[in-house]
Amino acid sequence: MANENASVWTSIRFWRRSAAWVTGFAVILLIWLTFDTLGQISMGTDADLQKAVAEKKENKRVPAPTVINYHIDYKMDTRRGHEVPVIGAKEPFFGKEWSPKEAAALLHLGKLTSQAKNCMNCHTLLGNGAYYAPDLTKAWIDPAWQKGGPMQAMTGKNTVEEAMAEFLQHPSQYPTHARMMPNLGITAEEAKGLVAFLKHMSSIDTNGFPRNFSKTVDQFKTGGTNAH
Amino acid sequence: MLTSIKTNEFAGSESKKLAMMYFRVAIILFGAQLLMGLIAAIQFLAPGFLFEVFDFNVARMVHINALVVWMLYAMIGSVYYLLPDEAGVETVGVGLGKLAFWVLTAAVTVVVLVYIFIQVGPGKESTIWLINEGREYIEAPRWADIGIVVVVLIFYWNVFATYMKGKQTGILTVLVADLLALAGLYLAGMFFTDNISMDQYWWWWVIHLWVEATWEVFVGSLAAYGLIKIIGAKREIVEMWLWIEVLMLFGSGILGLGHHYFWIGTPEYWWEIGALFSALEPVPLVAMFVHVLYDWGKEQGKAKAEGKEGAVMNNGPAMAWIVTNAFGNFLGAGIWGFFHTLPQVNIYTHGTQFTAAHGHLAFFGAYATILIGMMYLGVQGAYGIEKLRATFKSKMAIFLITFGVIGMTIALTIAGYEQVLVERAELGGGWSAFFTAQNLPWYVQAQMWRTIMGVVTFVGFVYLVWDLLTIGKQAKQGAKAA
Repeated sequence: MANENASVWTSIRFWRRSAAWVTGFAVILLIWLTFDTLGQISMGTDADLQKAVAEKKENKRVPAPTVINYHIDYKMDTRRGHEVPVIGAKEPFFGKEWSPKEAAALLHLGKLTSQAKNCMNCHTLLGNGAYYAPDLTKAWIDPAWQKGGPMQAMTGKNTVEEAMAEFLQHPSQYPTHARMMPNLGITAEEAKGLVAFLKHMSSIDTNGFPRNFSKTVDQFKTGGTNAH
Repeated sequence: MLTSIKTNEFAGSESKKLAMMYFRVAIILFGAQLLMGLIAAIQFLAPGFLFEVFDFNVARMVHINALVVWMLYAMIGSVYYLLPDEAGVETVGVGLGKLAFWVLTAAVTVVVLVYIFIQVGPGKESTIWLINEGREYIEAPRWADIGIVVVVLIFYWNVFATYMKGKQTGILTVLVADLLALAGLYLAGMFFTDNISMDQYWWWWVIHLWVEATWEVFVGSLAAYGLIKIIGAKREIVEMWLWIEVLMLFGSGILGLGHHYFWIGTPEYWWEIGALFSALEPVPLVAMFVHVLYDWGKEQGKAKAEGKEGAVMNNGPAMAWIVTNAFGNFLGAGIWGFFHTLPQVNIYTHGTQFTAAHGHLAFFGAYATILIGMMYLGVQGAYGIEKLRATFKSKMAIFLITFGVIGMTIALTIAGYEQVLVERAELGGGWSAFFTAQNLPWYVQAQMWRTIMGVVTFVGFVYLVWDLLTIGKQAKQGAKAA
């Protein structure tokens, strides 16, 4: 093997060098792509968001926390061939418009709470986590939580955010299925934060995941049965 | 294995004694992993089971954390075991290594007790510092993260210093480089951000670059050591293969990371990069499989040609587990991973039981198997046994555990298939679509089979522990009687 006169294919030195080169190349490419990706997925600013909404252009992939002040939809984009988040007109969130500072603080509380309450070991977030409870990527626009949807109706609230916040604080009071969410001691403030976190997550451009989600919404709007 | 600390005949190697200490904790945590898995499996069928006492998220967290930690323990143990053999000198700083062992074990105990009894905390920074970080697989609170880094640094120093002092074999060179990457990657998982896409971007650096790159190379090194030790394979051939494996594993696995970046907010170019490189990930696993069986056949043939009778291997159970590793790695990580690695498929399978099926067979096939093999090598060394033969218990253990895990994998694959078609393709993946799919009789049946197969696995585990505790003494007495 170590005999230099033998074929290169059985030379340890050849394979060692090749391994080092290939690994080095892969690492450099990964680092380069990481720089590009980090630029694309860094959180946008409120100014970016206002501009994109006014000019009806595509947003940053991860919009500013103030996206909670806007209506968020998820629609088929024929050019890209999959559904994309669509940020529309302004709408109140918990009855008010949130300043950039307030929105950022609320999102911070929500993200922190999502980790502190270990949401990810039952639910999936952006499709990652455990598979015991529904995926939360687009939970904000799920028909079950909209006006006329069973989850909102059950809580007796009039908006998606209030219904979600009520449910999160007292989940076992609202048994939906045999499999229920346990009471995790979520406070009213934490619940608001969590809902802001969910609304913000629904505005992230996930390249069309979950696919067909808008089909559920459309069917629900036309009186379909998917929401029940 | 328990008594081995008193009776071991390691010819004065403190490093190997330390290895056995790590193996012992590893096997206890393996048991904890299986018990937690059983609780979680039962909760799928009977959601009222331990509701608001010991909820699914807690059982599942301990299930996957015990998995990661027992594997890390067994990996550290394996390194301490092979280090004196490979380097030809006693491990430098075993005393420090023992101290690190106790610190780590105390920390793990506290973390697990907090997971079990405190479970969750308020939405404050203090929770992720003291209770849990709420990020799948690396839930350990930040204080423990820092402790782990310190312990790992001590471990790494021991390995590096021993490597510099002793023989620098190919196997050790690969290990020294690989462990540095493995330890360094952990740092990528130790920060908080409000941006969930950013969070998951770095989170995958730890998870993926561990289990689909550095851990795989680690396994390649263990298999190389095992083949030399058990069947007397020629070092030149084994080390040449090891370098080829490193080339292919890192060549595919590092950029294969892209298959986790399809849907988390990251740009579309990851579709192509992730698909291409992760689709290549099974290739080295085929190579490893071929290599192990080829070497085994070759050495056996050589022994026969030299007129030697019987099997060429000197450790039956370890070899059986290494062969199971070669096959299981290819099947679980390779085939089951490839099933859903293309974005065109993954957009429907992402976040379903399909992933769970792959996870079970891959962690078992790629890692659990070879680490159990290393434990059998440890027992052989501890009792100074020349030829360790499989007992009835060894055979029951490997059969039941393998059968159980394959059974769980098939059941979860069927459950995943159901979910993909009904919840995702047919109903569009919403809240009610999820529950509709979860309540389908075929899905429920699959969960039932998963639980039954989980019990089979656990029975196999009981045989495994029983065997590890008794096989050494039994073989020793057998040898004396002969």
